[in-house]
Amino acid sequence: MRLADLMGPFLGFLARAITGAQGHWLGCPPSNEQRIYIANHQSHFDLVLIWAALPSELRAKTRAIAARDYWTKGKFKTWLTTDVFNTVYVSRTRANPDEDPLEPLVEALKQGDSLIIFPEGTRSNKGEPMPFKAGIYHLAEQFPNVQIIPTWIDNVQRVMPKGEVVPVPILCTVTFGTPTQIQPGEEKKAFLERTRAEVTALKPGGWKQ
Amino acid sequence: MSELKHWSPADQIALLFALLFGLLLLITAGGVLYRLKNPVEELAINPRSARAQFQRDLNASWVGALLFWLAWISGPAGSTILFGLFSFFCLREFITLQHTTRSDHRTLIAAFFIVLPLQYIVVANRRFDLFTVLIPVYAFLAIPVISALSGDPKRFLERNAKIQWGIMVCIYGLSHAPALLLLEFPRYAGKGAFLLFFLVTVVSVAQIVQEVVSRSVRSLPTVRAISRSFSRRAWWSGALAGAFVGALLYWVTPFKAGQAFVMAFIAAASGTLGALVMKAMKREAGIHYWGNRSGITGAVGLLDRVAALCFAAPIFFHSVRWYFKLSV
Repeated sequence: MRLADLMGPFLGFLARAITGAQGHWLGCPPSNEQRIYIANHQSHFDLVLIWAALPSELRAKTRAIAARDYWTKGKFKTWLTTDVFNTVYVSRTRANPDEDPLEPLVEALKQGDSLIIFPEGTRSNKGEPMPFKAGIYHLAEQFPNVQIIPTWIDNVQRVMPKGEVVPVPILCTVTFGTPTQIQPGEEKKAFLERTRAEVTALKPGGWKQ
Repeated sequence: MSELKHWSPADQIALLFALLFGLLLLITAGGVLYRLKNPVEELAINPRSARAQFQRDLNASWVGALLFWLAWISGPAGSTILFGLFSFFCLREFITLQHTTRSDHRTLIAAFFIVLPLQYIVVANRRFDLFTVLIPVYAFLAIPVISALSGDPKRFLERNAKIQWGIMVCIYGLSHAPALLLLEFPRYAGKGAFLLFFLVTVVSVAQIVQEVVSRSVRSLPTVRAISRSFSRRAWWSGALAGAFVGALLYWVTPFKAGQAFVMAFIAAASGTLGALVMKAMKREAGIHYWGNRSGITGAVGLLDRVAALCFAAPIFFHSVRWYFKLSV
């Protein structure tokens, strides 16, 4: 058994101890169908949290997207994203204009893996997610049978704000919404805006903001 | 009954647990039978119905009884760790619903990872002189200092008050429960568990009776904006019921019947009033239960179950110390 095989469950346990990492499957039950989870992104902790909220049987086949320039810097980061989480790397900058940055994602989907994508492209801390990048539209176009699950990760920005190292124990939830796809005749812009609204709509309300 | 007096304390406590779990089993079985008899009860769906409230109270009693039993069998170190974990989860729930900001981050780390373990280490070592002052004196200076060093003056007092209240209720209050187990009294060695049992029973009875009276007797709510069910009459009924049960249980305590009545009244009254205070805090946060059913926080609602105990335990603890004339 490799250390990485222990690290995953350990991080999952840590995430549960600190945040509860409760998964709320509002729009669909957990299932091993091929899916793309699109979630808001506020902290590095997001990945661990969404991963801990998934049933353990789904974790091996569900791979997150990580930015190559950031997550391959240094041995530990590389080990974490490669061996522990088995992430799919994506380049934020193109080396040459012909290269398709979505290539690795398409490859992973062809293998039958599910993906976790943060379509904002970077971490936001404004509360509302930033406009979505077009990548998910192209993936949805190429793989019409893959379900797109809007996902909202709540409260995580309070656990570990940008720049802090030690997490504070605060309860977080991961809410999974109703699966969606590109509607017939839907334009790229409309699709991105609609999915962003669907993700935002999952934000739990109920207490004073 | 006179034979029981010659049993060893451990045997007496074992008998106590057998009675306690037997009683809970009976009530649970009664509840299941009732549900079988009235299967389609729409009230059961409504979280505010009497049936749902009964279920919550029963669950809380189970949690309390199991907690108590685990604390007893696991010895001083085990019970300290157990209550420490409960403190941790309660504080986590409390802080989740208080709107702490980014600049509170370091303060919260201090509360969770320094103040909390320190308090329980002091309890485990039976340093009761330090135990009573560690939080009110030292932590309450340290916490605002850390906040001030974060350099954010925005809502400074409010932010600090919230964190200090969390520490006071969830750490300081709850840590008095294992302290009762560990405190040695003259002529009452090894029987701390009876005191904790006495406290938990009296507080639960007071809460349940208060709830039942407020539902069955029409009376004007005293503080409508905070609680629709809290009225003077219901509160007095609860506190007095707790006191009577305490008087009936006097034989497990070092007190005489009359003294047990007074002690139980103090515990029951502070517990139910503490629950009202927690309700006011929940109202401010705009929620109905700490572990909200609509899945906002995903909490299990632990704080709801131990809130009354958090308030009653320190008051009871110090009353007992005063009774035994133990110097602080």
